[in-house]
Amino acid sequence: MLGKTAGGLFWMFRYLERSETTARLLETGLRIALTRSAAAQNEWASILATAGVGNAYAERYDQPEAGRVIDFLLRDRKNPSSVLSMFGMARNNARLVRTALTREVWEATNECWMAVESALAKPVAAKNLPQILANIRQQSALVRGALHGTMLRNDIYNFARIGTFIERADSTARILDVKYYVLLPSVSHVGSTLDNVQWETILRSVSAMRAYRWLHGGDVNPTGIADFLVLDGQMPRSLVFCYRKIVSNLGYLAQNYEQRNPCHDKAESLLEQLQNHSIQSILDLGLHEFIGEFLRDNAALGRQIEIDYRFTE
Amino acid sequence: MYGSGDTPRPPYLSYGQWVEAEDPARLRKKSAEAEQLFRRTGITFNVYGDSEATERLIPFDLVPRILSAREWARLERGIKQRVGAINAFLYDIYHRQEILRAGRVPLELVANNDAFLPQMIGVSPPGDVYTHIVGVDIVRTGEDDFFVLEDNARTPSGVSYMLENRETMLHMFPDLFSRIPVQSVSDYPKNLRRSLAASAPPGCEGRPVVAILTPGIHNSAYYEHSFLADQMGAELVEGHDLRVVDGRIAMRTTRGYTPIDVLYRRVDDDFLDPLNFNPGSLLGVPGVMDVYRAGGITLANAPGTGIADDKAIYSYMPEIVEFYTGESPILNNVPTWRCVEPDGLAYVLEHLDELVVKEVHGSGGYGLLVGPAASKREIARFAKKLKANPGNYIAQPTLSLSTVPVLTRQGLAPRHVDLRPFVMVSPQSIQVTPGGLTRVALKQGSLVVNSSQGGGTKDTWVLEE
Repeated sequence: MLGKTAGGLFWMFRYLERSETTARLLETGLRIALTRSAAAQNEWASILATAGVGNAYAERYDQPEAGRVIDFLLRDRKNPSSVLSMFGMARNNARLVRTALTREVWEATNECWMAVESALAKPVAAKNLPQILANIRQQSALVRGALHGTMLRNDIYNFARIGTFIERADSTARILDVKYYVLLPSVSHVGSTLDNVQWETILRSVSAMRAYRWLHGGDVNPTGIADFLVLDGQMPRSLVFCYRKIVSNLGYLAQNYEQRNPCHDKAESLLEQLQNHSIQSILDLGLHEFIGEFLRDNAALGRQIEIDYRFTE
Repeated sequence: MYGSGDTPRPPYLSYGQWVEAEDPARLRKKSAEAEQLFRRTGITFNVYGDSEATERLIPFDLVPRILSAREWARLERGIKQRVGAINAFLYDIYHRQEILRAGRVPLELVANNDAFLPQMIGVSPPGDVYTHIVGVDIVRTGEDDFFVLEDNARTPSGVSYMLENRETMLHMFPDLFSRIPVQSVSDYPKNLRRSLAASAPPGCEGRPVVAILTPGIHNSAYYEHSFLADQMGAELVEGHDLRVVDGRIAMRTTRGYTPIDVLYRRVDDDFLDPLNFNPGSLLGVPGVMDVYRAGGITLANAPGTGIADDKAIYSYMPEIVEFYTGESPILNNVPTWRCVEPDGLAYVLEHLDELVVKEVHGSGGYGLLVGPAASKREIARFAKKLKANPGNYIAQPTLSLSTVPVLTRQGLAPRHVDLRPFVMVSPQSIQVTPGGLTRVALKQGSLVVNSSQGGGTKDTWVLEE
């Protein structure tokens, strides 16, 4: 398999994952805006920060304002992280690696792009946003379904999955990082409704509101949420879950190619560090510091994989 | 379809009955469905210099172009004869140049030709095959009158449309194919792979590694490159995936560099090797020509084949066929005036309003004057260009191309077509896929079929005996 193709797959699935994250963040933002207009502006600001485009937005506009933020994150072609740009890049990568994809995966990606492009051809009014986001989520689910249903479990599949989980770990960590202060025990707000809503926002940003309730009943508390998103191996967006997957997908490559690379040691040691933590030890260390380090390590692992499998010259 | 009479010509009889019984509304619905299918599959071509809609569909018309087995047999013989002669000509031109010594083709036409590559002199490609893939453009002007319009011996494109058009027809009208026996084209990718593998360098051991070299996803034919790679089980590579490793061309894989035996390159000669040709090229592989000359890789097609499909050389094709095969050509050339000759130029300038004038090195329907369709001003402007550089032009009469119906809002209506059959050459054989790509001018009365100029395509049927 060409190094370029492996890189193309890795990034194609990172882009798809990232577009989903952004869509989910928008949904959360909208909900806050509808239910608690006082907190809305803060919420939009933190969504921009989570998507990593706070500065890019500030260069163009003043205060975060619902209509602008939605347009910027959803369909602004000049914003490389907008949902529209992400899908465009994912499809471009799919064309690049067309020979590695089954017809089903390619067609799902292409149709997904056509649907997203036409749904986002015009500015989206806030009232139509839920419908459009649901549609986008459904389209990208079709791509994932085609991947699982039709692709051989070979190196191609594994590169696609590694890209997915590196990106997902990054986005879960960012959501936590931007909201970490909400989770910190603070005298004035403990037990207040503000906290509860903010905590729920975090869970909604990772589509895990119901999952959390199943596991913890109605007891929504900061330690529980941080534990759930960092250490719970059942939660498909938790850092531990993502890293177990990365280690297993990389392990497949090592076995298949009969060669271990530096990225294997790196991924395994990162997983081990995660698993050795308890949520208390993380909070003692400082959630913000812990997440900051994790984001740097995760990015470094991505670069190592890129080198080890010769994505570029 | 109708020839000179009112009833369909024999090859169209069964189809004619079928289409007559069809509800035009259903056909129009099918036509929209076909477009959806092409869009979903992403069968698009890129238009240069058009930033908004860079990917377009080539319009597909669902009325097939039909040839009888007998008509095809003659075409096939003519094509094989011509392609055989082209390969012999190329071998000769890059070795002893006997045809030039014999004075059958003027020396200066070759010596002063940009398409002639001195780097190829004395190089013998594996099996002496120069043109592994050829697309011969043929037009028809009467019941038995077929003319070769162009021999595309460099990197002819369009074969993916031939295959996808048939797939689309099978998908939409399965009943039609059970009623009418049509020769299959679906083996093309498999046969191409075999044909290319058979042309691997003599030292190659085991199953030859075949790769397709594409200029990248912004190239107008990128879809075709990825389609063929997919269908042939070949890697799709770009210049920056390749480098010279131990005297071989190798591709960068996730496990290191793997040597390639046969490179089906869809990159023009000029961009193939920045060390040997255009030094600014980012599309090629530095040093590939040196590896090639040392026999480390097969390039399909060989560099320098353009000298055989050059439009000035074209006018000598009848002599070339006779010189190498000792037979008279089965397929005719279109009469051609060479503007480089004073008599030719004088005639062409006199008759610009009735001729088609082409650039010798042009392709894709660019830089072309269609006299009968041009305004007085366009003709005057073209005459100036022509006088400034006569050697750059040839002229041909405007042929009354055959027509095949297309589906329009008003029902079926005739439109002009041409035909590009696809030929594979290996050291053992010359094969022609039955049919080829029919291109159709969608504007009423238009003779320009190029997709870049608003032409469309059709499925092409060769009937079983």
